[in-house]
Amino acid sequence: MPERAHVTLRINGEEHSLELDTRTSLLDLLREHLGLTGAKKGCDHGQCGACTVLLDGRRANACLALAVAHDGAEIVTIEGLAQNGSLHPLQAAFVEHDAFQCGYCTPGQIMSAAAVLREPWGPGDDDVREAMSGNICRCGAYPNIVAAIEEVSR
Amino acid sequence: MKPFRYERARSEDGAVATLAATPGAKLLGGGTNLVDLMRLEVETPELLVDVTRLPYGRIDAADDGGLRIGAGVRNSDLAADRRVRTRFPVLSEALLAGASGQLRNLATTGGNLLQRTRCAYFQDVTKPCNKREPGSGCPAREGEHRNLAIIGHSEHCVATHPSDMAVALAALDALVHVVGPAGGRTIRLVDLHRLPGETPQRDTVLEPNELIVAVEVPPLAAAAHSTYRKVRERASFSFALVSVAVALDVSDGEVRDVRIAFGGLAHKPWRAHRAEEALQGSGATEKAFAKAADAELKHAQPLRDNAYKVELARNTLVRTLAELAP
Repeated sequence: MPERAHVTLRINGEEHSLELDTRTSLLDLLREHLGLTGAKKGCDHGQCGACTVLLDGRRANACLALAVAHDGAEIVTIEGLAQNGSLHPLQAAFVEHDAFQCGYCTPGQIMSAAAVLREPWGPGDDDVREAMSGNICRCGAYPNIVAAIEEVSR
Repeated sequence: MKPFRYERARSEDGAVATLAATPGAKLLGGGTNLVDLMRLEVETPELLVDVTRLPYGRIDAADDGGLRIGAGVRNSDLAADRRVRTRFPVLSEALLAGASGQLRNLATTGGNLLQRTRCAYFQDVTKPCNKREPGSGCPAREGEHRNLAIIGHSEHCVATHPSDMAVALAALDALVHVVGPAGGRTIRLVDLHRLPGETPQRDTVLEPNELIVAVEVPPLAAAAHSTYRKVRERASFSFALVSVAVALDVSDGEVRDVRIAFGGLAHKPWRAHRAEEALQGSGATEKAFAKAADAELKHAQPLRDNAYKVELARNTLVRTLAELAP
């Protein structure tokens, strides 16, 4: 028998209270229950990073986070990154540097990079590549992704 | 995923009592391994007891220079801690060599120790596996075992333990503090994980109703001069083929103290006592390093397709010692 639980989350500044199956991942909550389809389901095993969101200010794989375990958390998704109608500098840099091809991994790449800017990483290409190794791009847009992130982190 | 009940532990005693009363209960930390295994239906707990809101989130410095790390401390916070980075760099490096930034933000210290093997047969419920289903057999012995164990394995299981952090902690003589229905006990980290023997379903010596509350890293002068080296099939975000944690204290060209542990070789972090003994008091030369590596690795029993790990482990250890030596 499915078990249900009550969860309240603050998502992109707005409070949401939901009654959920305990099996619901944070990713499915966003996509299936709230229609926030920016965070993508790639592998659903924490290996590709397409589902990356900010969970209490830190990047996390929404596919491996059980919604019920994060009751009370503050979530930011790609939909909440732009402020007052202007793109986040990373969003603008990804456009400027053509840092994607199909775009499926891009929300995860940008949310991950948004957190990396606040993490203790060095400035070199190798540092950016290491910091971003949890985000896979099957199109192979890595050189431009690295360039976009470096432009913003400078 | 099978349905499960979810309960947030309010106290240590409450968590232990719930575990003891519910045989199908599992502890939930960051969930980065457990939730994945539940999705694969390798794990099918009836109840999840979430221990992430218990007061295990601190890293406390002991007066003697050691550290007490709460079981709930996230991997990324432990890696970034200034005391860890200066006194025990091998631990910080090992943590950063594991998983990805996203996963390290969720993963806890206790959960990292209790993560399960990534052996492909273990993770596939359509295949036999003695660890998942005792008595069903081990297809890895004759099958895909390129990245599995070369030492300490048994005819029943050739899995490796996947943690990087645990390899560093094994080299550092860490202690694991545990509570259960009968009270607390302390286990040496090198004794926490077991060799598979005839009961590979048991990864550790913990009882199902015990809870890890903290990891203690005792002071160790040599640890300030320590490092972690990991060899994998791509540059980042991949499990170790071979890894080594080394702390080395050399003075006047002579090894005063050395601690060595291997990852990726066995069912547990492999503390290389034989290599350490061979090096103690010897010259800090490449020749001595190679002799020490051989003293340990001559006991390896590689499988058909993973003999490369013997030489890889040897070269990795020799190179790492040579880089640490003054």
